[in-house]
Amino acid sequence: MSIDAETGVTAVASAPREMSGRPVVIEARDVTKTFRIPHHRIDSLKERATHPFTRQRFRELRALRTISFDVHLGEFFGIVGRNGSGKSTLLKIMASIYRADGGRIRMAGRLAPFIELGVGFNPELTSRENVALNGVLMGLSRQEARCKLDAVLDFAELREFADLKLKNYSSGMMVRLAFAVMVEADADIMLIDEVLAVGDAAFAQKCMDVFRARREAGKTVVLVTHDMATVQSFCDRAMLIHDGEVRYIGDPEEAALRYYRLNFAGDGQQAATGGVPDINARLIGAWLENAAGERVENVEQGERIGFNVIFEARHDLVNPVFGFHFLSADGRIVFGFNRTLELAEGQPDVLEAGRRVRISGSIENRLMPGRYYVSTLISRNRSHGDLALHVLRLLDFMVYGTQPGPGPVSMDADVEATLETS
Amino acid sequence: MSATASSPLELRDVRGPSALGGGWRRSLELLYLIAATEFKRTYFGTALGYLWSLCRPLLLFAVLLAVFTHVVRLGSSVLHYPVLLLMNIVLFGFFQEGTNTAVGSVLNQEAIVRKTQFPRLVIPMAVVLTSAFNLILNLVVVFIFILAFGVTPMITWLLFPVLLLWLALITAAVSMILSSLYPRFRDVGIIWAVFATALFYATPVLYPVERISGAIGKLVALNPLSPLFELARRWIIDPHAYVNTQPLYVIVPTVLTVGICVSAVWIFNREAPRIAEAL
Repeated sequence: MSIDAETGVTAVASAPREMSGRPVVIEARDVTKTFRIPHHRIDSLKERATHPFTRQRFRELRALRTISFDVHLGEFFGIVGRNGSGKSTLLKIMASIYRADGGRIRMAGRLAPFIELGVGFNPELTSRENVALNGVLMGLSRQEARCKLDAVLDFAELREFADLKLKNYSSGMMVRLAFAVMVEADADIMLIDEVLAVGDAAFAQKCMDVFRARREAGKTVVLVTHDMATVQSFCDRAMLIHDGEVRYIGDPEEAALRYYRLNFAGDGQQAATGGVPDINARLIGAWLENAAGERVENVEQGERIGFNVIFEARHDLVNPVFGFHFLSADGRIVFGFNRTLELAEGQPDVLEAGRRVRISGSIENRLMPGRYYVSTLISRNRSHGDLALHVLRLLDFMVYGTQPGPGPVSMDADVEATLETS
Repeated sequence: MSATASSPLELRDVRGPSALGGGWRRSLELLYLIAATEFKRTYFGTALGYLWSLCRPLLLFAVLLAVFTHVVRLGSSVLHYPVLLLMNIVLFGFFQEGTNTAVGSVLNQEAIVRKTQFPRLVIPMAVVLTSAFNLILNLVVVFIFILAFGVTPMITWLLFPVLLLWLALITAAVSMILSSLYPRFRDVGIIWAVFATALFYATPVLYPVERISGAIGKLVALNPLSPLFELARRWIIDPHAYVNTQPLYVIVPTVLTVGICVSAVWIFNREAPRIAEAL
């Protein structure tokens, strides 16, 4: 499963920020982790005593198999994967919450893990006391934690509630406090697991602003998420984990694309439609038409497909390239094409912010009956290799017909079988 | 960048969770902070906080005093029996409260254990330390009673901290064993509650050790807590009190104490890395 020149789509560009020259601050080598899940859990001494000779039987769940990667200083590194792919286990191993069975992880600098906002807060204590406690938990000394107290309360805008017990806080105040603690802990490496899932959009935005500021300040951020918009817009590099294995490390766009492919392909049980990123361009509409020009959900085998997509640029897109992939249900690219803007003589190749572009026409349909979908990749500044967008699933359709065959496409084959005269 | 990260680019191994993950200094600071805040919470939250906590040993003391001076009539023949009883109850109360609270402590702190990088040992130790603060407050009351009952201050009073440290050591060791086993074996809590009650009677708390004879008496004398209570009685209340100095009754409790401490460290170290997974 790779996106190559053969598919006719823009070769994937390198990461927006070149990091490989910087020193490594997290180095993971062949990390493995297996959970032993007992079929029948013995959790009392009584059971142990009454069945002393029954060997416990376990199901082995191989959460991580030989994971290796490097994270460089000042990098914003994303770890993506579906539920159960092992990404959170990996984070917990990095955070010294679980112990790896094999392999080695080395890190440089002080680490602050944020597996969940507000863990370790005691509702019976005032926020002042909680901040001190959490600060020490994050690796500050008591002195340092006390010095940071004011900064934390200011950041959380909770100064006048400093001596209120946490149980009397609203959940919003609690989240603000937790986040402020995290920010002011000022760790060299921040490990973050989906903390952005809490809070509203404005809060999530504030979080991202802070993470970006951290990164600018030379801190390293590792973010575990399955929000591809975050990955695409913030990460310098991303790693895709699937079934406990590294499937891809590198360009976040590419990682996101592969993530989508993993999600939309296969069993289809997780056909997520949300989370479609629209940072640089917005999808206005995408639909298919049949030969008669009517909008359709599905197309008949052999009938030409009317293809229509409209985007609106959110920023000026210079030298935009619109790439499309037709993928089969198992995630394979069947075919693809690229289009650039049709321009009049002397017109600059820019799609200005707010302008719309329509990509439409008809496509020969050699697809075999089955399910297909279309994803897109919009890039700009092609010569600089700067990817603007986006991976998103535009369309999802069926080809119906009565002449199934092997493979995803049928070709005209002018071939006959004749008896040879001997 | 803080001073602790003076050489931020030196790669260090991530060893996973452990009893003292994150170093001694951090563990000690966390230990102190947690115990102190917990202590403050119990006593400064309510006006009667401290008086309430004093109620339990004092009530127990009043009941037992009534039983042993008027019903069993043991008390009248023992020098300063009431204050001896009070001191013993407070000392044993520390052991009992500490261990009973520690049993479920790691499990109760599930969120912290599973979601933060937390030195595991700090959790049961904080419980013991909170109980120790409590003990010290209670001992102030005990000494007021001791003086009020006409016990003359002795030079051996200065040795009392040794006994306290000894008791704290045993309490901490037992707490470590219990709290690390509890996530895996949930009936440890019930078993310990019963066992601790039995231990209360098998320790010379209510009676002086020389009053018990026969097989039971030998058993009591072998209890690792017994020498501690015998010494407390002699050093604090009655300089002529009996202390069993036969080699057997010195060696066995000592070996048992050392055994408990060693196995506590061994068991806790073995369990600590995997506690988060067992929860």
